Amino acid sequence: MRLLSDSIGRKVVMAITGLLMVLFVVGHMLGNLSIFAGANGLNTYAEKLHGLPAVVWATRVVMLTAVLFHLVISIVITLENNKASPNKYAVDRKLRASFAGRNMIWTGLLLGGFIIFHLFHFTIRSVPGMDILAVQELSGRFDVFSMVAAAFGKVTTAVVYVVAMVMLYLHLSHGIQSTFQSVGLNNPKTMPGFVRFGSVLSVIFLIGYGAIPVAILFGLIGK
Amino acid sequence: MSATEHGTMNLKLIVWRQSAPDQAGRFETYEAKNITPHHSFLEMLDVVNEDLIKAGQDPIAFDHDCREGICGMCSAVVNGVPHGGHERTTLCQLHMRKFKDGDAIYIEPWRARAFPILRDLVVDRGALDKLIQAAGYVSCHTGGVPDGNAVLVGKPEADYAMDAAECIGCGACVAACPNGAAMLFAGAKVSQLAELPQGQVEAPQRVAAMVKAMADQGFGNCSNHYECEGACPKGIKVKFIARLNREFTKALFLEKIGAISTVRVASDG
Amino acid sequence: MILDGKAPTGKIQDSWDKHKIDSLKLVNPANKRKYKVLVVGTGLAGASAAASLGELGYQVEAFCYQDSPRRAHSIAAQGGINAAKGYPNDGDSIYRLFYDTIKGGDFRAREADVWRLAQVSNNIIDQCVAQGVPFARDYAGYLDNRSFGGAQVSRTFFARGQTGQQLLLGAYSALSRQIGAGTVKMFARTEMLDLVVVDGEAKGITVRDLVTGEVRSHVGDAVVLATGGYVNVFYLSTNAMGCSVSAIWKAHKKGAYLANPCYTQIHPTCIPQAGDYQSKLTLMSESLRNDGRIWVPKKKEDCNKAPSEIPEDDRDYYLERKYPSFGNLAPRDIASRAAKEQCDEGRGVGPGGRGVYLDFSASIARLGEGTIRERYGNLFEMYERITDENAYKRPMRIYPAPHYSMGGLWVDYNLQSNIPGLFVLGEANFSVHGANRLGASALMQGLADGYFVIPYTIANYLAQTKPGKAKADHPEFKKSIADVTAERDRMLSINGKKTVTEFMREVGVLMWNNVGMARSQQTLNETLKKIPAIREEFWKNVKVTGTGGELNQQLENAGRTADFIDFAELLSQDALHREESCGGHFRVEHQYPDGEAKRDDANFAYSAAWEWKGTGKAPELHKEPLKFDNVHLAVRSYK
Ligand SMILES: Cc1cc2nc3c(=O)[nH]c(=O)nc-3n(C[C@H](O)[C@H](O)[C@H](O)COP(=O)(O)OP(=O)(O)OC[C@H]3O[C@@H](n4cnc5c(N)ncnc54)[C@H](O)[C@@H]3O)c2cc1C
Ligand code: HEM
Ligand code: HEM
Ligand code: SF4
Ligand code: F3S
Ligand code: FES
Repeated sequence: MRLLSDSIGRKVVMAITGLLMVLFVVGHMLGNLSIFAGANGLNTYAEKLHGLPAVVWATRVVMLTAVLFHLVISIVITLENNKASPNKYAVDRKLRASFAGRNMIWTGLLLGGFIIFHLFHFTIRSVPGMDILAVQELSGRFDVFSMVAAAFGKVTTAVVYVVAMVMLYLHLSHGIQSTFQSVGLNNPKTMPGFVRFGSVLSVIFLIGYGAIPVAILFGLIGK
Repeated sequence: MSATEHGTMNLKLIVWRQSAPDQAGRFETYEAKNITPHHSFLEMLDVVNEDLIKAGQDPIAFDHDCREGICGMCSAVVNGVPHGGHERTTLCQLHMRKFKDGDAIYIEPWRARAFPILRDLVVDRGALDKLIQAAGYVSCHTGGVPDGNAVLVGKPEADYAMDAAECIGCGACVAACPNGAAMLFAGAKVSQLAELPQGQVEAPQRVAAMVKAMADQGFGNCSNHYECEGACPKGIKVKFIARLNREFTKALFLEKIGAISTVRVASDG
Repeated sequence: MILDGKAPTGKIQDSWDKHKIDSLKLVNPANKRKYKVLVVGTGLAGASAAASLGELGYQVEAFCYQDSPRRAHSIAAQGGINAAKGYPNDGDSIYRLFYDTIKGGDFRAREADVWRLAQVSNNIIDQCVAQGVPFARDYAGYLDNRSFGGAQVSRTFFARGQTGQQLLLGAYSALSRQIGAGTVKMFARTEMLDLVVVDGEAKGITVRDLVTGEVRSHVGDAVVLATGGYVNVFYLSTNAMGCSVSAIWKAHKKGAYLANPCYTQIHPTCIPQAGDYQSKLTLMSESLRNDGRIWVPKKKEDCNKAPSEIPEDDRDYYLERKYPSFGNLAPRDIASRAAKEQCDEGRGVGPGGRGVYLDFSASIARLGEGTIRERYGNLFEMYERITDENAYKRPMRIYPAPHYSMGGLWVDYNLQSNIPGLFVLGEANFSVHGANRLGASALMQGLADGYFVIPYTIANYLAQTKPGKAKADHPEFKKSIADVTAERDRMLSINGKKTVTEFMREVGVLMWNNVGMARSQQTLNETLKKIPAIREEFWKNVKVTGTGGELNQQLENAGRTADFIDFAELLSQDALHREESCGGHFRVEHQYPDGEAKRDDANFAYSAAWEWKGTGKAPELHKEPLKFDNVHLAVRSYK
C-alpha cells in the first residue's frame, strides 16, 4: 500500500495538508485582525512574531511542504479524475455536488497564485511595477500597518485581496467538511455538524480577512 | 385507480444512439405516444421500440432484466441523473406518472471511462465485477465451516452489514460521480465484510486490493461530491466511503509500522 | 421405457453418506485440472457449483446471459431459505423438513433426493454465514428464524426482504474469488443456444456472444445446466424478462428428457396487471397474508365502487369462508385458484376485473399503522411506487401470477440427465419439489445442488471418462454451429409484420387462460390446436430488425420466443396426459366436491419424462415410478 500513489492515501494527504493550511489561516487571521487595534496593534503583533524566529521558520517549512504536496497531488488527481469521466451529460443536473466542490482546482490554483503574490507583496516586499510603502516607525520598528494601509488604499490591490478571499471562502466551504469524510470521521449523525462547521468557519475567514482591505479602502481605519 | 382515470400523455425523447463501441454516437429524437401514468419507464421504451421495429428501424438497446429493482441491470441517465433521480428508485421502478404530457426527456447511457458503451444505452460494467474478483469476498472454502451460530454477530453489526449489502451493483454511483469513481460501490462491500467477524480477518488485504483494483480499472478518485449517494437507488450512504477510507488508513498504518502485510501470496484463492 | 432414478436403497437416514462412499468414485487432485466443466447459469445453483468445482481444481467455464453473474434471477427471491437447524426448539428435524417437502409436493418427488436436500440444508446456512451473508440476527447475536409458506415450524432464515439477493451475492463472491484465481473463466452476456452431444455424451455447448453476435462452441468433459425456470411461457410472470426455457429446451431436442413440465406454481400475492402494455408482474411477499384479509365484493355491481364505500356485510372474505382453519393462509395453489374463481364470477376488482383485495384495515386497527409499517413498510412502498395507491388507506389489490416451475430436465439421484455428462441443477431440473414447491425451498435446493451435491456426483462421471475426449473439430460441433447460425439467419430473413413481443404475448395469454391455474381437457385440446398455428405464423411473419453480428436484443427474444412456443406444446401435452390434479397441476375434471385437488396415486404416482421426437411429432413418454417407503401417501387437506 502506498500513501502518495494509492487513491485514498493521496486523499488523506490532501486532507491533512489542507487542514494544516487551515490552521495557519486561522492563526494568521487572528494576528491580522490586530490591525483593528490601530497601527500599534498590528505592529506589535508583527514585532512579537518576528521575535520568535524559530516559530516563524518552523511554520514556514511546514506550510511550504504542505502547500507543495497539496498542490502537486491536487493537480495529479484532478487530471486523473477528468480522464476517468471524459464525457459529460447533455443535461447538467446535480443532486448533491456543489459549485465550490466542483471547482476546487480553480479556486485552489487562484489561491496558490495569490499566496505567491502575497509573499512578494508583504513578506519580501518587492513586486515589480508596484511601490510598496516600507517605512519604519519612529521607534525604529518596521511599520507593517502603514504598508498594509497604503496597499489597500489602492482600489486594485484591495479588490485583488477581496477576490482572493472569496476564493478562499469557496475552497474551504467544501474543503473543511470534506476533510472529515476523507479521514473517515463522517456518518449521517456527524456529517451535518461538520458541514455547518465548515461553512461557518469559511464565512468567518471571508469576513475576517475581507474586512481589512474593505475597511481600509473605505477609510474606516488607516488614517 | 385504473389507467383510464388518468389522461395518457405524449412525450419527446432525446435518446443517445450508438451502434457499436467504436462508432460515434449521437442524439436522436423520438415521440412516445399514448403513455399512461402506470407505464414504467422501461415499458414506455418498449412502446417506442415496438413502433421503431414496425417502422423497420433498430429499436433502442437498453439493459434490463428483473424489472423489479433488484438485479441492478437497468441503467440509463434520465435528464442528467442516473435512474432519473427519484429516491430509492431504479429506472425499472420509475413510473411515468413522474412526468407530464409534452415533457422532453434526455436519455443517455452511463458515462465513465470504466464503462465503455456497447450500444445505445447499454454499457460494459465488467469493471465492477473485477473489483469483487480482486478481493470482494471472504476466502472461505466450500464445506468445513463452523456452525452458523458458532460465531455470534450482534444485531447492530448484522444490520449495518445488511445496509451496505443492499447494493445491487448497478453502477449508478459511478455514472453520477463527477470523477467516475466507484467508491460507493467498493465502500459498501468493504464495509459489509469488515463489519462481520467472518470478514474482519482479511479486511486489510481486502481494502488494499480493492483500492488498487479501482485504479487499475480506470475509476477516478473521490472528491467527496456525494453525488453517488444522491443517485443510488438503494440508499447506500457515503458513510461507507468514510469507512473505506478508515479501513484503508488503518491498514496502511499497520503495514508501514510492519505489523501486517497486505500482499496476498499467489497461492491464495 | 421405465426410467431408473438410481436412488440408493436401504435406510434413508444414511443413504447419502453411504452413496458417497459406496457408489461415487473420486478424481485424484492431480488429474482434476485436466478436466474441463462447462457450467451454464450463475444463479444460486450455477454460481455455487462453478465456485465449488473451480476450487476443487477443475477447469471451469461459466456462462450467463446477463452482464454479470450477480444478476441471475435468484437475486429476486424475497422470503427466505429453509434449513432443518431446529434452532427455535420447535420440533424441527431433518425428517420433518423431508416430510413437509414430500407432502407439500403432493407426493410426486423422489424420496432419497428430498432426504438428501433436507440433510445438507444445515450446511448451507453455515456456508453462507462464513461467506459474510448478513442473515437476520437477534440481540444475543444468534441467527433469527421466521415461519414461512404455511409450515408449522420456524425454519426459514432470511436477510430482510432480500434473502435471494444476499445468498446469490455470497455465491457470486465465492465465484468471483475463483475467477480472480483463474480456476473459473466467466463468459457473461453469452447465451447457450445448443448442447453438443458426441457419441452419446454431453461434451460441449454452442453459444452466441450477445455483444459481438459471434456464434461459437465450447468443448468440455461435462456440461452442467443451471439455467432456471420456464414460467415466462405464460408471458407475464414474476420471472425476469430474460428467463427462458431455451437452454433446457435445446438440450431436450438433443435427447435429454423433460419431466413434469405441467407442474407450474402460481403465486397468490402479486400486483395485478394494470394494462396490456405490462411487461412483468411483481411479487408481494407472501408474509403479507399473515396480517391482511382477502376479500371481494359480494355484488358484481360493487366492483367499481371505492372499497371504502362497500359495507362490511357486502364483502366476501372467501378464503376465511371456504377454509375456516387456514383462512387467509391457505396454501399457494388453493389461494390462487380461489382468487381466480371470484374473478371468473365477475367479482374481481381493479383493471379488467382481475384482482382481489388484501385488506390491512383490521390489523391496522388492532396493531396500529406503526407496527404494520415496521413489518411491511418496504412492501407497501414498492406497492405504492408501482400502483400509486397507499395501502395503509386503501386495500391492496392482488392477483395470482406464474412464479416457479417444478418441472424441468429429468435427472437421476446424481443430478445427471439421461445423457451421460449432462448434469442439471436448481430450478432447471425436475427435482425435489414434486408437483408443488414449498416457500423458501428453492433457494435451499439451488445451493444444495451446487455446493454439496454436484462436487461429489460429477466426479463419479469424470473419473470414468478420459479428459479431452471430444475435440472442437468433431463434426458435431461444426453441425451445431451451423444449425444455430442458420436458425438466427432464418429469423432475420423473414421480415414479416408481427413483432417478437406480439408473438410471445399471444402464446403467453393462451397458456395463461387455458393452461394456467386450472386446466381441462377442453382448454388443453384447444391450446394444442392453436400452438402449431402460432408456430407456423411465427416462422412466416415475425419481424426481427438488425443483423446477427451485433448486439441485437430482438434476435435474442426471437430465439427465446420460438423455444417457448415449442415448449408450450409439450407443457400442454403433459397437462393433458396427467388425468389427475396434484399440487400446481389442477385439472377441473379431477376435484373433490369442495374443489380440493383429487390425486390419482393408483395411476399417476410417477414422474413423466418426455423424449423429443421432432417438431409436430408426439413426444414419447417415459415413466419413473415413485415409491414411498418412509412416508405414507395422504390426501392434502387444509380445511
Ligand atoms: C420473485 C421471486 C421470489 C422468490 N422467492 C423465493 C423465496 O423466498 N424462497 C425460495 O426458496 N425461492 C424463491 N423463489 C424461487 C427461487 O428464487 C428460484 O427458484 C431460484 O433462485 C432459481 O435459481 P437457479 O440458480 O436455479 O436459476 P436462476 O437464479 O434463475 O439462474 C439462471 C441462470 O442461468 C442463466 N441462463 C439462463 N438461460 C441461459 C442461456 N440460454 N444461456 C446462458 N445462460 C443462461 C442466467 O443468466 C442465470 O445466470 C423466488 C422466485 C421469484 C421469481
Ligand atoms: C496551492 C494551491 C491549492 C490548490 C491547487 C488546491 C487544490 C485543491 C483541490 C483540487 C482539492 C480537492 C481535492 C480532491 O479532489 O479531493 C483541494 C482540497 C482541499 N484544499 Fe486545497 N488547494 C490549494 C490551496 C489550499 C489552501 C491554501 C488551503 C487552506 C487554506 C486548502 C485547503 C484545502 C482543503 C481543506 C481541502 C479538502 C481536502 C479533502 O477533501 O479532504 N487548499 N485543494
Ligand atoms: C486581507 C488578508 C490578508 C492580509 C492583510 C495579510 C497580511 C499579511 C502580512 C502583513 C504579512 C507579512 C507579515 C510579516 O512579515 O510581518 C503576511 C504574511 C503571510 N500571509 Fe498574509 N495576509 C492576508 C491573507 C492571507 C491569506 C488568505 C493567506 C493564505 C492562504 C496568507 C498567507 C500568508 C503567508 C504564507 C505569509 C508569510 C508568513 C511568513 O512570513 O512566513 N495571507 N500576510
Ligand atoms: S452503491 Fe448504489 S448506485 Fe452504486 S452500484 Fe450499488 S446500488 Fe448502484
Ligand atoms: S460522487 Fe464521487 S467524488 Fe466521491 S462521494 Fe461519490 S464517489
Ligand atoms: S431491471 Fe432489474 S433492477 Fe431494474
